[in-house]
Amino acid sequence: MSSTRTVLSVSELSTKLRDVLEERFPAVWVEGEISNFKVYGSGHAYFTLKDAAAQIRAVLFRNRTRRLRFEPKDGLHVMAFGSIEVYAQRGEYQLVVELLEPRGLGALQLAFEQLKARLEAEGLFDPARKRALPRFPRKIGIVTSPTGAAIRDMLRVIGRRFGDLHIVLAPARVQGDGAADEIAEGVANLNALGDVDVIIVGRGGGSLEDLWAFNEEVVARALVASKAPVISAVGHEVDFTIADFVADLRAPTPSAAAELVVREKQAVVDALADLRGRLDRAMTRRLEREHSRLAALADRRVLTDPARPLRDHERRVDDARARLRRAMRATLREAGHVFRTASVGLGRGSPLGRLERGQRQLEQLDGRLRLDIRRAVEGCRHHVRAAAGRLDSLSPLGVLARGYSVTRLPSGEVLRTVSQVARGDLVRVLLHRGSLDCRVEKAREQDDRPQV
Amino acid sequence: MTDLKFEECLQRLEQIVSALEAGNLPLEDSLKVFEEGVALSRRCARYLEDAERRIELLAKDEAGGLTTKPFIWEPDEES
Repeated sequence: MSSTRTVLSVSELSTKLRDVLEERFPAVWVEGEISNFKVYGSGHAYFTLKDAAAQIRAVLFRNRTRRLRFEPKDGLHVMAFGSIEVYAQRGEYQLVVELLEPRGLGALQLAFEQLKARLEAEGLFDPARKRALPRFPRKIGIVTSPTGAAIRDMLRVIGRRFGDLHIVLAPARVQGDGAADEIAEGVANLNALGDVDVIIVGRGGGSLEDLWAFNEEVVARALVASKAPVISAVGHEVDFTIADFVADLRAPTPSAAAELVVREKQAVVDALADLRGRLDRAMTRRLEREHSRLAALADRRVLTDPARPLRDHERRVDDARARLRRAMRATLREAGHVFRTASVGLGRGSPLGRLERGQRQLEQLDGRLRLDIRRAVEGCRHHVRAAAGRLDSLSPLGVLARGYSVTRLPSGEVLRTVSQVARGDLVRVLLHRGSLDCRVEKAREQDDRPQV
Repeated sequence: MTDLKFEECLQRLEQIVSALEAGNLPLEDSLKVFEEGVALSRRCARYLEDAERRIELLAKDEAGGLTTKPFIWEPDEES
């Protein structure tokens, strides 16, 4: 028995195993979960595919990893297509993967989710990053296919609402290989023009595959880098593309994007008209107010009756003067009263009282003195009169009283004899009462008087 | 619109209108800002009217520089 024994070296066995395995499994689909996924410096990726009961090593060479639209990672359930290869040196076999597809989710969907998660983590979807559309864009950049429905829709909307906008179209294929790069370049080129106010990036609706360019990272990065605000307009109302998340504004369709842009212009035109109206009304109101103020001023008495304030002042002065006078009088009265009260108090037993009494005595004495003097004078006068009476009877004048008269010449010489006068001479005859001026008619030496 | 951008013109106009509406300005200042407001609104309106209707296609010349050429399109006869 032992003579028929065939003994193989390890190498021989390994070679046989390799031949069997590699011949038997040149192309196979394997389903399992990725674990220990690791990319080496060479660019090749090594991992393990496993299920509940077993595991197999797998390798994804560099030229294959680049074709992947998703990132393989641990825990991911995948279907791998490839061939079995035996690595004799280590007694191992592994699956050389040609194709790798996520199981469950489609590869595109997974790629979308993964890119979305990564960009979101970078903060590129942050609402704070979103810029407002210019209120009035003059120059609008559009990145889309020049032959597609999207550009026609947008031009129609803009033309209908506002003809006078400057539009620059950056032509780009919007689906198929290279579309993403063309879209990204279009965005960059429009920005390079320097005066584009807003950019619309879009295309009409289509399948997820058709819209794929808008889910690629190169497009997302171009939108982030754009200086002008970007509106994404991918005709796909329900689902969002990565471009939708990154754009400053998302429009559900290209027509809607065009509406947004011109609506802003309409809003500005309306706002300007409104401001102009308010400006005029405010100024008109202001002027009316000044007019009525002026009218009110003109109506005032100051202007219609300029003397009025003067009269008012006069009246006020008069009033003040009267009040002053009253006040003075009251004060004086008060002072007088005080003074009198004080005087009465002072008067009692004061030198003034004695002075008064002395004065009264003096007046009495003075009166008596005057009476006495008058009596004495009367007495004297009586004596004088008596003496004068006696003197009278003795005087020549007394003789006249008894009927005698004295005749005198104008010279005053008393006539004693007729020789002193001639006929026609004036003489004055002194009677007891009064005198007579007489002219001599006749002078007689002898008269008829009895001789003594 | 050389010294003031359109946005700034519009903002200044808004300020002026608010100030006038508040009515606190002395009459002289009111007249002054009113005149400024009228000038601003004219400038804004002119700016809006100035925009020209132009549709261009962006292209690269032989040297790789950006150029634009008119984009001709026929609106289709749709409803």
